[in-house]
Amino acid sequence: MRLLALAVHRLLWFAPTLLGLLVVTFVISRVIPADPVALVAGETATPAQVEALRHDLGYDRPLPVQFVDYVVRLVRGDMGTSLYTRRPIVEDLLRRLPATIELTMVAMIVSVVVGIPLGVLSALWRNSVLDHALRIVTVSGLAIASFWLGIMLQILFAMRLGWTPLNGRLQGFPPRDLTGFYLLDAALTWDWSTFGAALRHLALPAATLAFPALATLVRFTRAGVLDVMQSNFVLYERAMGLPRPLIVWKYILRSALTSTVTQIGLLFGILLAGAVVTEAVFDWPGIGTYAVNSIIRSDYNAIMGFTVWAGAIFIVVNLLVDVAHTLVDPRERTT
Amino acid sequence: MNALWFVLTRLARDRSALIGLVLIALLVVCAVLAPVLSTHPDDVFELHPSERLRAPSGSHWLGTDRMGSDMYSRLLFGARITILIGVIAVGASLAIGVPIGLVAGYHHGWVSDSLMRVSDIFLAVPQVVLAIAIAQTLGPSLPNVILALSVTYWPWFARVVYAETRALQKEIFVESTAALGASAWRLTLLHVLPNIASPIIVRASIGMGFTILTAAALGFLGLGPPPPTPEWGRTIAESREFLPDAWWYATAPGLAIFLTVMGFNLLGDGLRDVLDPRLRRSRAVSDG
Repeated sequence: MRLLALAVHRLLWFAPTLLGLLVVTFVISRVIPADPVALVAGETATPAQVEALRHDLGYDRPLPVQFVDYVVRLVRGDMGTSLYTRRPIVEDLLRRLPATIELTMVAMIVSVVVGIPLGVLSALWRNSVLDHALRIVTVSGLAIASFWLGIMLQILFAMRLGWTPLNGRLQGFPPRDLTGFYLLDAALTWDWSTFGAALRHLALPAATLAFPALATLVRFTRAGVLDVMQSNFVLYERAMGLPRPLIVWKYILRSALTSTVTQIGLLFGILLAGAVVTEAVFDWPGIGTYAVNSIIRSDYNAIMGFTVWAGAIFIVVNLLVDVAHTLVDPRERTT
Repeated sequence: MNALWFVLTRLARDRSALIGLVLIALLVVCAVLAPVLSTHPDDVFELHPSERLRAPSGSHWLGTDRMGSDMYSRLLFGARITILIGVIAVGASLAIGVPIGLVAGYHHGWVSDSLMRVSDIFLAVPQVVLAIAIAQTLGPSLPNVILALSVTYWPWFARVVYAETRALQKEIFVESTAALGASAWRLTLLHVLPNIASPIIVRASIGMGFTILTAAALGFLGLGPPPPTPEWGRTIAESREFLPDAWWYATAPGLAIFLTVMGFNLLGDGLRDVLDPRLRRSRAVSDG
């Protein structure tokens, strides 16, 4: 029941935050000095044409009216039309979302599967060679510009060694469209050559995206495990003569991971933000590339649509993380 | 002065903080002495088409770019832009975030609640996403990049200051100063603020690294200061069509960003250990 109450409480918080995000994007897109209508109309338009277009687009009405209209249309799932592709923005984003989710999920899995064990080992073998080597990894992971890392990987693995494709999601035909995730679709249709090709295309962007997240995870897992190792209950378990692997991999890890779960929420933010830049480097056909292309084309509606989406996804993930945190940590349920 | 000396000597004993300090000092030296240190100081604005895309050599230590300009000289002048963006953006974020955090932390009521809700909204979206939206609408230029970064970074300071102020209100010395009749202004500015300076300084150092990284990403996406400004992120974007042959073109500015951000991160970690005795003790236990 407490869990349900928590979920409801967080959901109630979700609506005002999202509304606030809409206010911010609305202000950014409408109140700034630049005139979006003039931009849409183009440089050759006469003042009369600009005014006519302004009326057509509804930009001549009072701002609060425009805002209400903006929110009402958003609730109906209408984000307006892209000024460039002339398609509804929701349609464009939906079509590109699977590519971004696939990339982000693979990067997330890589960073969790590699990062957490490394963090644990780093804490267990404190001040060993491995620990020092990992400290270099974590320090550089948080300092490296992901677009630069991506380009360096491209030079080495794609251009010089030729082990992976340079960019894109797949050459040739995509697998039969079941879920939109190429890896999953290829596996479901037993098309292993496509699966391999999709995986090779994923390798570099996923590695680029995963690196900062991995660094964060190693760092937090190490600190968490070290913290728990000093606690009284671990001392007690050791005094009881419990085998060390049991203490480490069951009791210590469970305690230490509660803080790591919260980190995964933050991690998702890092990944989502990183996806914009990483996708641009690797021409990955996701919403990040869409955002970057919209920047180049000054496609206001599309950029605001992307911002709202990215913000909404991020808020929802944080909501889920809060609930997951409660599930993992028994203390949260009783307090 | 004594406090500063104490912090500096402590920092010097911490190896990674020392590396951070050295890296930042190097960056500042490069920026200040750029005209003296550079081998081709005029190359920031001059074109030498016959010299384009030369590999590193005795006359061009880091090679030349697509315009035939000396990479090494452009990198030095780029350091100025990096520092400018970082210092102004973090300074503005401090100027907005710290007062808001203090007010929201000191007063209890709907004003505090709404101030913190507003900062929550900004924290709810990855910084680079909002910064992209703002920089794009305003148009690519140096002031707009700084504005976009400041508008999106202040909530981090507001959050830290708010939490610390709230925690400090439970302290006896704050309560007794208030009981002695100190005004709210006197109490916050003379008693609360000095006591929460440490977390603010740590956040500012890490914020410098973070802001510089985001600024480079904006530059890479074409939202930074327009050419011929020798901004590092944009330089990497320019290099892409000449890869892999002109490897130095992409490598040098990326390394410059890497070392700069690493410097601020290491210094931030070091400052955290030196300035926060609670953390130092826990670290002394956990790090053996």
